[in-house]
Amino acid sequence: MLRELKEVLAAGASAEERVAALFEKIKRSKLNAYNNLSEDSALERAREFDRAPWSGLLAGVPIAIKSCISTRGIETNCSSRILKGYIPPYDAHVIERLKKEGAIVVGKTNMDEFAMGTSTESSYFGTTRNPWDLDRVPGGSSGGSAAAVAAGEAPCALGSDTGGSIRCPASFCGIVGLKPTYGLVSRYGLVSYANSLEQIGPLTLNVEDAALVMEVIAGHDQRDSTSVNSEGGYLSGLDGGVEGLVCGVPKEYFGEGVDPAVEKSVWDAISKLEELGASWKEVSLPHTKYALAAYYIIAMSEASSNLARFDGLRYGLRLGADQDWHTTFSEIRAAGFGPEVKRRILLGTYALSAGYYGRYYLKALKVRTLIKQDFERALATGGADVLVTPTMPFPAFKIGERIEDPLSLYMADVFTVPINLAGVPAISVPCGFADGLPIGLQIIGRHFDEVGVLRTAKAYEDATPYHETVPKEVV
Amino acid sequence: MDHIGWLASIKVAEEEKEGFVASFNSVLDYFHQLDELDTEDVEPTYRVVDLTNVFREDEVSESMPQEESLSNAPRRENGYFKSPRIV
Repeated sequence: MLRELKEVLAAGASAEERVAALFEKIKRSKLNAYNNLSEDSALERAREFDRAPWSGLLAGVPIAIKSCISTRGIETNCSSRILKGYIPPYDAHVIERLKKEGAIVVGKTNMDEFAMGTSTESSYFGTTRNPWDLDRVPGGSSGGSAAAVAAGEAPCALGSDTGGSIRCPASFCGIVGLKPTYGLVSRYGLVSYANSLEQIGPLTLNVEDAALVMEVIAGHDQRDSTSVNSEGGYLSGLDGGVEGLVCGVPKEYFGEGVDPAVEKSVWDAISKLEELGASWKEVSLPHTKYALAAYYIIAMSEASSNLARFDGLRYGLRLGADQDWHTTFSEIRAAGFGPEVKRRILLGTYALSAGYYGRYYLKALKVRTLIKQDFERALATGGADVLVTPTMPFPAFKIGERIEDPLSLYMADVFTVPINLAGVPAISVPCGFADGLPIGLQIIGRHFDEVGVLRTAKAYEDATPYHETVPKEVV
Repeated sequence: MDHIGWLASIKVAEEEKEGFVASFNSVLDYFHQLDELDTEDVEPTYRVVDLTNVFREDEVSESMPQEESLSNAPRRENGYFKSPRIV
């Protein structure tokens, strides 16, 4: 898709016309995928491109950015009241890279508040709707980015993935979403939720586009001390096929709690990979059942620390006349954060508080070690090159169905959070439909084997039609 | 609940307490399944990427202009962020 777009732009098609058409479509839309549009600056940049086209991997390509990734001059509110109106004075590292390669930022997409959710329902600015069924959630937390790409309101987007926040909405909206290996993409300028777990990654219409965006955003940045060098090769390594590849199928990711239609689609996908020359073997990730608890303890603990910065002093909401320091900040934070964010900060504070640290936080970090070892065993000594699983246990659920019961919402992340705990890369690609709703296939790789993950996904995509089916325009 | 709210600097309203307590209890119950696992001899994983300390020369480089740094501050005075009274 992006390759074709770049070709028509290079052949002289007007970027301004395309960007203007995008904004028209967004304004007609019922999806609520965007929090903020950067219409003036995007059209201006498109006009500049038309006058004197520049080169670059994403020359003239419009892109939507999740609202937790800082964009100089464009409101970045994380779908929270506490950051409503906040305009970053600097670009995130990934935005610098995108601009350097010629991309045009069209707007900031809706999300769960501070990326805490699986449905985009916790946004202060209202939920985003799933383009396949307006009564259903788009997934989360990068729901706006996924819905926008699926509905043609952006040709590609960036999201962030702390426990599935790229892969879940990619699965629910029928598109491709990649969570890179922890450290491969700089988090400089990403508003932190759980910094030891999260990565920025692409949401796109096909695997090649995801590889192209990775070429642009991956790599070391001295402003993120956890970032590492990228060896690249995401595009050039795409077409090797899966001949001789061993797919591990973790038995814990099937059975109870998984929608039968999802199971069937994933098994069909495994058969398809076999037809293409791969083989599969059953593997075990024995600590899977403990991953959700460990994930939520770690994520909430890190959140309670990371979100301490929101105090209305340097940016964000400030209310009423100042009283003493603690009262003022406690009231700003009470009014500025929504219920799920408060719940996670409070639970994280509890888990880190004196007397409970060992029972919750330290325990969860030790369980994290066991989960990481599960993946190392399956992917290294276990003999599997990649692991193949459902991305989500079920297709998109109804708006309102789970939001009142936090634990039932957390359970939806059962197949995505272990990947963040282990830090390995994983992609979700479309692998079928259940009653008209998309199903996602998750392909998991070894640390820094994005090339292997993308190549497997590409071989599967080339042999299947699911990524070509798009939702009818909803206006 | 009041104590945790105080530690987290979030004022918890009376009408929120019942709901938070109920959800805390169900979530904490769920967390307690980790107690089944013996982790006595397991090292904690703080991060998944091996890191080494990075040294660099201590050189002055460009920083954000003061006006830009203050551009989002809801209250400011004489080029400073204005905070509530501390003492």
